[in-house]
Amino acid sequence: MSDTAPPFVAAPVRRKSAHGESLGVRIALIAVSLAFLLLFLALPLASVFVEASAKGWEAYRAAITEPDAQAAIRLTLLVAAIAVPFNIVVGVAAAWAIAKFEFRGKNLLISLIDLPFSVSPVIAGLVFVLLFGAQGYFGPWLQAHDIKIVFAVPGLILATIFVTFPFVARELIPHMQSLGTADEEAALTLGASPWRVFFRVTLPNVKWSLFYGVLLCNARAMGEFGAVAVVSGKIRGLTNTMPLHIEILYNEYMGAAAFAVASLLAGLALVTLALKTFLEWRFGDEIAASRRH
Amino acid sequence: MSVAVTIETIEKRFENFPALRGVSLDIQPGELVALLGPSGSGKTTLLRLIAGLEQADRGRVLFGETDTHDLSLRERRIGFVFQHYALFKTMNVAENIAFGLRSRPHRARPGESEIRKRVSDLLELVQLQGLEKRYPSQLSGGQRQRVALARALAIEPRVLLLDEPFGALDARVRKDLRGWLRELHGRTGHTTVFVTHDQEEALELADRVAILNDGKIEQVGSADDVYDHPATPFVCEFLGEANKLPVKVVGSLAFFGDRPVLGGITQNQGGLASLYVRPQHLRIVDETPLALPGTVEHLRRNGPLRRAEVAVEGLKKRLDVDLASQVAPAIGERVRLRITHGNLFAAA
Ligand SMILES: Nc1ncnc2c1ncn2[C@@H]1O[C@H](COP(=O)(O)OP(=O)(O)O)[C@@H](O)[C@H]1O
Ligand SMILES: [Mg+2]
Repeated sequence: MSDTAPPFVAAPVRRKSAHGESLGVRIALIAVSLAFLLLFLALPLASVFVEASAKGWEAYRAAITEPDAQAAIRLTLLVAAIAVPFNIVVGVAAAWAIAKFEFRGKNLLISLIDLPFSVSPVIAGLVFVLLFGAQGYFGPWLQAHDIKIVFAVPGLILATIFVTFPFVARELIPHMQSLGTADEEAALTLGASPWRVFFRVTLPNVKWSLFYGVLLCNARAMGEFGAVAVVSGKIRGLTNTMPLHIEILYNEYMGAAAFAVASLLAGLALVTLALKTFLEWRFGDEIAASRRH
Repeated sequence: MSVAVTIETIEKRFENFPALRGVSLDIQPGELVALLGPSGSGKTTLLRLIAGLEQADRGRVLFGETDTHDLSLRERRIGFVFQHYALFKTMNVAENIAFGLRSRPHRARPGESEIRKRVSDLLELVQLQGLEKRYPSQLSGGQRQRVALARALAIEPRVLLLDEPFGALDARVRKDLRGWLRELHGRTGHTTVFVTHDQEEALELADRVAILNDGKIEQVGSADDVYDHPATPFVCEFLGEANKLPVKVVGSLAFFGDRPVLGGITQNQGGLASLYVRPQHLRIVDETPLALPGTVEHLRRNGPLRRAEVAVEGLKKRLDVDLASQVAPAIGERVRLRITHGNLFAAA
């Protein structure tokens, strides 16, 4: 239980490192990784911003403020604003149940939580169409009660929830499991109510994992394409989220406009990354401590 | 404030594994009792049952006259110190200690200034003044242990339960804390049960020791009782080293082979038996009617203690003999051993 991170020690030049690779091998490995990152991450990201600004600032502004684009941005924010909190609540509950209690079917539940990651998003979308579409199982009933799910906002939200569900739970489960139940038991013997135990002990113990999960969940919720594309119906101004809007623009040869909107999503990714890095730098000790204990 | 704790024929299984098999124990108000036993003998399980963190399959736990079955954890008012302390890592020392007071229902909760005063009194009691703003990760093991104790004492518990309180500390700190805990108990007078697998710790600290083995209590008694008059072979072997001799009891004499080795037996147990003799109860003598001849094969020194290993014909294991202030024999020397004290148990 050391309280300090191992200090970074520069290996003396011309000596083999602890792992036995020579300096040359290490340089080669680093070069390969850097080249890969440059080619597959930095370059595409840069090109998004370059293309977005190809027709100048005015065109960029127009592409973003145009009503359909505005509707897409609002819809994306709305979907994320519902899907993310929902997944936080359910994800925390599921992680809590799995980490703190013994029950039958626990392993099944753990596998089920991972399901959205192993199923293609398109299939996930199709399942919702199959369930709630006009020809689906619940279609007639929904129509009779005048409820629209598929090709409407509720479908988008459902699909997004499904696809992004694992992020929060997967971050929390291993962390909560490693913490065990001793802290909670201590709080209970001290007379705390279950709510107080949860909000003052359990949640603070995992706040960094939770925050990571939420960050990733949000990035994915705003960027999700496959599942959303299937259930959306792509009605402009109504059921188009930002990723769908970008695709439509691109297919209509409006490259600059497409990249302009895309740059917003890319910006979100960068902000997420920056936030994550900042937190790791600023609270690195605490994060490490809360994970280690 | 302290209550008597009565444990009545407790049974507890985990799935099909019987962790406790009919455990009964009476603890007086203000008494300091050690639960001693090897790892896996059910000590923690028994402690958690008293605390209400586990439910018994059968039997009862009473605090005074009250059956605890229907009490909530809060109503039990238990001070529990966990084996690894379970301090709240996201709270500092003062917040940890105040947690129990702040958890009280609104009406019973003391005011902030009162809480602050109590925290500082407790910090003084456990000798940690000035550390209120530290986080658990910034404390040494011994300091964490004391914070855990202060946190448990803050709710004015009726019973104090400690699970291997010194288990995670190094030998020196253990010794210091032992004396300190004994003194603290003297001052606060809580009914206290502590779990340990270290017999020295149990014998030194506790008013009474309950020895657990395989989910059963083998013996309960004062340190002198259990050490000098072990009720079972297990207790005898667990509480310290003992040489084991297969003997046959005839009348008041115990025979090893056809040689009488111990006399004055009053227990009425003729027939085959095991005689347990501690190393300090074997003396090298010149001539005596009841003696065991052997050959010194090895000499050792363990701190202040010198010890000879003596091979005896007809016995596979060499006998350990404490030399105390006796003149050390030479290796290879033939000696005669007299048994000054032994414990006899009928052979199973
Ligand atoms: N929650 C549990 N589930 C299953 N078995 C358990 C559980 N807790 C304890 N046991 C078993 O009960 C026995 C006694 O455990 P414990 O009371 O922790 O022993 P000790 O504290 O004396 O080392 C052990 O064999 C242990 O494996
Ligand atoms: Mg234990």
